Amino acid sequence: MLLLRYWGAKLAQSVFVLWAAFTLSFFILYGLPSDPVSLMLSQGGASGNLDPEAIAALNREYGFDRPLVLQYVDHLGAFLRGDFGTSIEQGQPVVDIVGRGIGSTTVLALAGFGVAVALGLALAVVASSTRMRWLRQVLQSLPPLALSLPPFWLGLVLLQLFSFTFHWFPSFGDRAPNTLVLPTLTLAIPVSATIAQVLTKNFLTTWQQPFVQVAQAKGLGRPRLLSRHVLRNAVIPALTMAGITFGHLLAGTVITETVFSRAGLGRVTQQAVTQQDLPVVQFVVVLAAAIFVVVNLLVDGLYPVIDPRIRRRGLVAA
Amino acid sequence: MSALEPALVIEGLTVDYRSARTGTATALEPTALTVGAGEVVALVGESGSGKTTLGMAAIGLLAPNALARFDRLELGGTAIRDWTDPLWRSVRGTAVSLVPQDPSVSLNPVRTIGSQATEHLVLHGLARPHEARARLVDLLREVGFDEPERRLGQYPHELSGGQQQRVLLAMAFSSDPKLIVADEPTSGLDVTVQRAVLDRLDLLRAEHGTAILFITHDLGVAVERADRIVVLQNGRIVEEGPALAVATNPQHEYTRSLLAAAPSFASGRLVPSPGTAPAPDAKAPDPAAVLVVDDVRKAFVRGRHVVQALDGVSLAVGRGRTLGIVGESGSGKSTLARVLVGLEHPDSGTVEVHGEPVPRRGARALRAYRDHVQLIYQNPYASLDPRFSVVETIAEPLRNYRSLGRAELRARVDDALDAVALPRALGRRRPHELSGGQRQRVALARGIVLRPDLLVLDEPVSALDVSVQAQILQLLVDLQAEYGLSYAFITHDLAVVRQIADEVAVVARGRVVETGSVEAVFDRPAAAETIRLIEAIPGRRTDAIAI
Repeated sequence: MLLLRYWGAKLAQSVFVLWAAFTLSFFILYGLPSDPVSLMLSQGGASGNLDPEAIAALNREYGFDRPLVLQYVDHLGAFLRGDFGTSIEQGQPVVDIVGRGIGSTTVLALAGFGVAVALGLALAVVASSTRMRWLRQVLQSLPPLALSLPPFWLGLVLLQLFSFTFHWFPSFGDRAPNTLVLPTLTLAIPVSATIAQVLTKNFLTTWQQPFVQVAQAKGLGRPRLLSRHVLRNAVIPALTMAGITFGHLLAGTVITETVFSRAGLGRVTQQAVTQQDLPVVQFVVVLAAAIFVVVNLLVDGLYPVIDPRIRRRGLVAA
Repeated sequence: MSALEPALVIEGLTVDYRSARTGTATALEPTALTVGAGEVVALVGESGSGKTTLGMAAIGLLAPNALARFDRLELGGTAIRDWTDPLWRSVRGTAVSLVPQDPSVSLNPVRTIGSQATEHLVLHGLARPHEARARLVDLLREVGFDEPERRLGQYPHELSGGQQQRVLLAMAFSSDPKLIVADEPTSGLDVTVQRAVLDRLDLLRAEHGTAILFITHDLGVAVERADRIVVLQNGRIVEEGPALAVATNPQHEYTRSLLAAAPSFASGRLVPSPGTAPAPDAKAPDPAAVLVVDDVRKAFVRGRHVVQALDGVSLAVGRGRTLGIVGESGSGKSTLARVLVGLEHPDSGTVEVHGEPVPRRGARALRAYRDHVQLIYQNPYASLDPRFSVVETIAEPLRNYRSLGRAELRARVDDALDAVALPRALGRRRPHELSGGQRQRVALARGIVLRPDLLVLDEPVSALDVSVQAQILQLLVDLQAEYGLSYAFITHDLAVVRQIADEVAVVARGRVVETGSVEAVFDRPAAAETIRLIEAIPGRRTDAIAI
């Protein structure tokens, strides 16, 4: 009963977030003065004088001549029916355009997330467990450094070093597996810095916990203390943050895909924004919100699995 | 190794603590300590005396910022070279083990009892996994668990504090150590539970012949449980001798003051300090009761169970009087405290202050109510905002409830500081820069600054050293005389009730099982729970030997 109510509330919250993402993005995109139709026509080659009638006809076709609120109701209805609209620029269904990019981006995002977690965790473990003061200080100053680097600059430096100087990895492309390495690193390094910062703090406080001292008094060495007592307790509070980081990751793919000329959602987004292809941009916003919501629901569902204290509150059938 | 070899020999131990802020502080001057095989030695002293440092040094677990040296250290006949000696890891969990201070944070919350309480036996090759579990089951039965097999699969949060400490006891004894270091093993527990845990410790010791280094601030407990007492003050051993001799014939001034400060069963109610006069804005005496609680019931749903925390509680507190509310944990006394301050709403029944019922809902009405009723918590460190200075903390209720100018605000805060005898110079400090007693004074100043009718005090002195405890109790009595305050004083400690309360209500299973004047309840206890609480008071042996 309690379980149902808990998940019911979570789901309602998620639906609200999606609706809010749709509504906000709609009014910002469609309410701001912009003129996607003439932009599209001018790109078609015809420069200078555009036919006012052609513009009017297109505006009618896309419904841009109607009051904003009516457009909103229409769009919302269409979204709910699963009709996400047609790209102004390319005349294809938005779903097809985004669908072409999403596979490559998913691979990149998952790889980036995996590497970020591994890097962050490794850094946090070493920085909090080492008894060498200097090493601890060096390691603890790495995350703020990585966070202060602009991601595109990081991408360019990686390119310069590993593609152009050492020729270890290709500088662009998205077919061969080794094209994934540099984009993944570019994406993962800033995210891993956030993870490392939060985890290092959690690890340091967990090492101070009395139950760790009790375990130490039982003769456990540091590796065993770490794996049996510190690790899980330190990671639990960082789960929520992992969900949020996933959001940063999505934003990061835009930059990464641009720098490395990879096809993907990021490129689609970047193009749609420069061309003011409103239906595409809006779909990407709602899609990002949906991914975010799903990841956070996953995190909420994961908590009771790794923390027995949450299990008891009846959130999960014991 | 013969059985008669001492469990612990330390010679020439010195410990300093390095701190970036305050430089190096000496925690222990050159100290020697021997604990014979099977002997119970109590290390007694107040916080900062070095007793915990000495105890932790005995298992080689000093804080990382400790600079320590010793000339000789032997554990159960094993000589240890230095702090990084690999031998430490093989003696810990075999020849020496630890019973920690606060059981609620001393077990790993995400692992089952069975897995964490047997890992060292397997690690040290003392038993194979199934043997280790069988041994733990036996010990869990010995420390009084029914269904010990079921406990193996439980998580720490599914046990009460007393049960957690008994698990830790079983764990400490599981390797049949030569020495157990028990660091204030019962200070976080109820008196009756304390007694039960200490009795278990005694039984296990008798059975296994284990020596115990018992660290405590409570001289009463030490006299009752130890063979020998070592008294520490400021990092130095000031007195050492057989327990009875130290209790009956203390040689050092400090030991005598510790004995005097211990609240004991025999002491009477404290009177206001000489020169305490009613303040101009003190509440006038009033025959009507300030607080009337009538037939309050409150139930909680815990999973599939319904817990009746309060089951028809009725009581009253008169103007300028103190009602001691006594009970074990789980008796419902903390729920009662939360109901009294309006943090929790009763399912039925009424709570009235000055004939006004506590608002059942409505943030605004509750806000007005809290102008008259303030709460003082057990742990001042947890109830003070770490980022607020002393002055900000005390001024906060005034900012919320009164619109005062800067000067007047400051004057009221200074008055409150004076009232609790805190130097105004401490006003800019933050909680971590204060001692435990000073923190509780700040919490009290915050509690009285609005001149409430009623202070609800939830175990206000149980986290404090005995001598500090005595000062705070005296302060409470003085404040009461000065401002005409009424107290609802919630505690598990009957000795404290005797010192401060006029009336007492004994709570058990959500009901008031006995109520009356302190004298009547103490001299002629009627309810079984009252008798049990009275018997559990530690240090009754100290009283018996009139000092």
